[in-house]
Amino acid sequence: MFTIVKREEMANGTVVLNEIEAPLIAKKAKPGQFVILKATETGERIPLTMADTDPQKGTVTIIYMVVGKSTALFKSLKVGDGYLDVIGPLGKPTHLENVGNVVCVGGGTGVAVLHPITRGLKQVGNNVISIIGARNKGLLILEEQMKAASHKLYVCTDDGSYGHHGFVTDVLKDVLTKNDIKLVVGIGPVPMMKFVCKMTKDFNVKTLVSLNPIMIDGTGMCGGCRVSIGGKTQFACVDGPEFDGHQVDFDELMLRLQAYTEDEKASHDEYCNLKKEKA
Amino acid sequence: MAETTEKKEKIPRQPMPEQAAKVRAKNFEEVPTGYSPEVAMIEAKRCLQCKKPACVDGCPVGVDIPGFIGHIRDGKFEQAISLIWKRNGLPAVCGRVCPQELQCEGQCIIGKKGEPVAIGNLERFAADFARKSGECELPVKAEPTGKKVAVVGSGPSGLTVAGDLALKGHEVTIFEAFHKPGGVLVYGIPEFRLPKEIVFAEVEGLENLGVKLECNAVVGRTVSLDELFEQGYDAIFLGVGAGLPTFLNIPGENLIGILSANEYLTRSNLMKAYLFPKYDTPVVRGKNVITLGAGNVAMDAARTALRLGAQSSRIVYRRSRQEVPARGAEVHHAEEEGVEFHFLTSPVEFKGNEKGRVTGMVGLKMELGEPDSSGRRRPVAIKGSEFELECDLAIIAVGAGANPLLTQSTKELELNKWGYIVADEATGKTSKKGVWAGGDIVTGSATVILAMGAGRQAADSIHDYLTRGW
Ligand SMILES: Cc1cc2nc3c(=O)[nH]c(=O)nc-3n(C[C@H](O)[C@H](O)[C@H](O)COP(=O)(O)OP(=O)(O)OC[C@H]3O[C@@H](n4cnc5c(N)ncnc54)[C@H](O)[C@@H]3O)c2cc1C
Ligand code: FES
Repeated sequence: MFTIVKREEMANGTVVLNEIEAPLIAKKAKPGQFVILKATETGERIPLTMADTDPQKGTVTIIYMVVGKSTALFKSLKVGDGYLDVIGPLGKPTHLENVGNVVCVGGGTGVAVLHPITRGLKQVGNNVISIIGARNKGLLILEEQMKAASHKLYVCTDDGSYGHHGFVTDVLKDVLTKNDIKLVVGIGPVPMMKFVCKMTKDFNVKTLVSLNPIMIDGTGMCGGCRVSIGGKTQFACVDGPEFDGHQVDFDELMLRLQAYTEDEKASHDEYCNLKKEKA
Repeated sequence: MAETTEKKEKIPRQPMPEQAAKVRAKNFEEVPTGYSPEVAMIEAKRCLQCKKPACVDGCPVGVDIPGFIGHIRDGKFEQAISLIWKRNGLPAVCGRVCPQELQCEGQCIIGKKGEPVAIGNLERFAADFARKSGECELPVKAEPTGKKVAVVGSGPSGLTVAGDLALKGHEVTIFEAFHKPGGVLVYGIPEFRLPKEIVFAEVEGLENLGVKLECNAVVGRTVSLDELFEQGYDAIFLGVGAGLPTFLNIPGENLIGILSANEYLTRSNLMKAYLFPKYDTPVVRGKNVITLGAGNVAMDAARTALRLGAQSSRIVYRRSRQEVPARGAEVHHAEEEGVEFHFLTSPVEFKGNEKGRVTGMVGLKMELGEPDSSGRRRPVAIKGSEFELECDLAIIAVGAGANPLLTQSTKELELNKWGYIVADEATGKTSKKGVWAGGDIVTGSATVILAMGAGRQAADSIHDYLTRGW
């Protein structure tokens, strides 16, 4: 078992942080890589990009939004409980290089994935400007951490309850106009990444995105995670999860993410009913 | 060929009792239910006990076939299984999935005139008897040698290496990427053909011999080969299989509802999607299902689709019936259950709706032309013969390749042009010192028994190395 040593709720309980004992993975993992977790014997294998690792303590941290049965089950785990299976580190690490001025754009729980990459980009000497956003103030996560990992941080909320009133792309446009930016990293919901890439394409700035298609094994043996990159099929679990955002077919990704929506809803409803009956 | 000159009354080949086709096409329980001891003894009487048994030549691991069949005939079932175990560590598996018609039974003398002895069914009987009764002597383990061996992958090749070397007194640890051991036996071959309980019993047997099992260990990611050597392993065996799905590279292939057989079967078998929502992993449940390819994998997929509620399950194959590579029994079972076969049909394109879901496949009719390099007549497209088959699930089962995850992260391993590991044919030695390989990662997709045979050879060579040097 992989024991949970720390647990935190964020964004009004819609997002949960777990720090998990997984010494072998913690020793190896690099920013941008992910793990696959399965909570119980009957559970699903869920891929999550690591939000942090502590090789000394032998732990990895994941931060996930509660969206369906599996994440609801994850949320029910307490400190001292554990995951039956944790597999990793999987995927290619982010290529961290000093290119000058970079912008890190994060939306929703994507900020959790963006944080170690931002920190890494700063460590290798880049000047890092970060822009993070959420629907409203309550849903914003990791503001302090992102501030510490960047030279400058902008915060946006869709409803204007905090920071800049509007989307991350509004601020991004301004930043791209006023600075000589060499690289943009955009991680968040698929529509957000799509619009970030549309904009950076206009400015002709290289952009990395981290994709989260449905996965099973995470080792390149099933092809369930396939994505179209520049018209070619690639497996996100081994060829990614990071790709050149200007080459990604986001519309296809968005559709493919819907493959099991109905099943997921049925499964989640049943889980909620069972929980109610128990209570 | 029908022989009419037979005089003496002969015992006919005892049929394997099976669940009725209509019933079983709706459940995941095993299709053949196994011989009773009485029937097994009758079938065993059919064996001529040849002095020079051709069947043994046909067996890649050289099981003493007349020997164990003689014991079954005499009702000495424990002795039968002990004899099999001398050469084959996974008889309950092999009795069920080996292509016997091409191997032992294909060589059987009485098979020349009539039907061969049901060697596979008898092997299965002996193994099931042993598992159920628990009444069999365990093999004897040699004194500990103090040497450590890492086995990467827990498919049939890895399990064989682990068992052989544990018996020889070495300390063996198996590293498996998935959360459960067994390789294709667990994630690929469905429950109705090979109950998982059987595979887990075999693995438990190894653990009782002292073999350690580390699941969730993706070698090349979680730990590298060099790190394993640093941790004190003296030798490493790579039995990582051919875990790379082949796609068709035709338009529309990324539509929802088009899955590789690996994904479809892994969801259904390993993740138990057939028990959804009791198990959390879903799988696309098509009403009209098309499976592309005609190997064992394709048969498993097409038959799984029926059990998951398909109204129609069709196999689409580029070549003709003669070239079908699947075991005879699988094709027969599939047809009985209602799988339709569309031979000489090649997929051209998939069609989808606005939700990105597959709605049909455009196929092209083929005819057989000149033989190709494999000796099989090459299918040639008939111009203008396009037609559309409706489907809401398409499963691609046209073969597998070498998964590069481990091999690419290990520089000194020599690979062939398809990415398979180059290993010595007789010993399994690779170009990297202290590393052996065998099974599908060396030969490409093959069979359980060939993977086990390669494991056996590698284990002998590793033992040699550990006791005498490289
Ligand atoms: C659906 C299906 C049906 C089949 N039916 C038959 C049949 O009826 N009869 C027959 O004889 N053959 C059949 N075969 C073929 C047969 O199963 C294979 O030839 C055989 O299993 C190969 O054994 P192996 O030991 O080489 O590898 P596998 O069984 O493929 O096992 C390899 C194992 O290694 C693990 N692994 C891979 N990479 C790593 C890594 N980096 N680190 C750790 N572990 C790793 C995998 O997860 C897997 O568990 C079938 C195959 C399939 C897919
Ligand atoms: S998750 Fe199976 S290949 Fe990527």
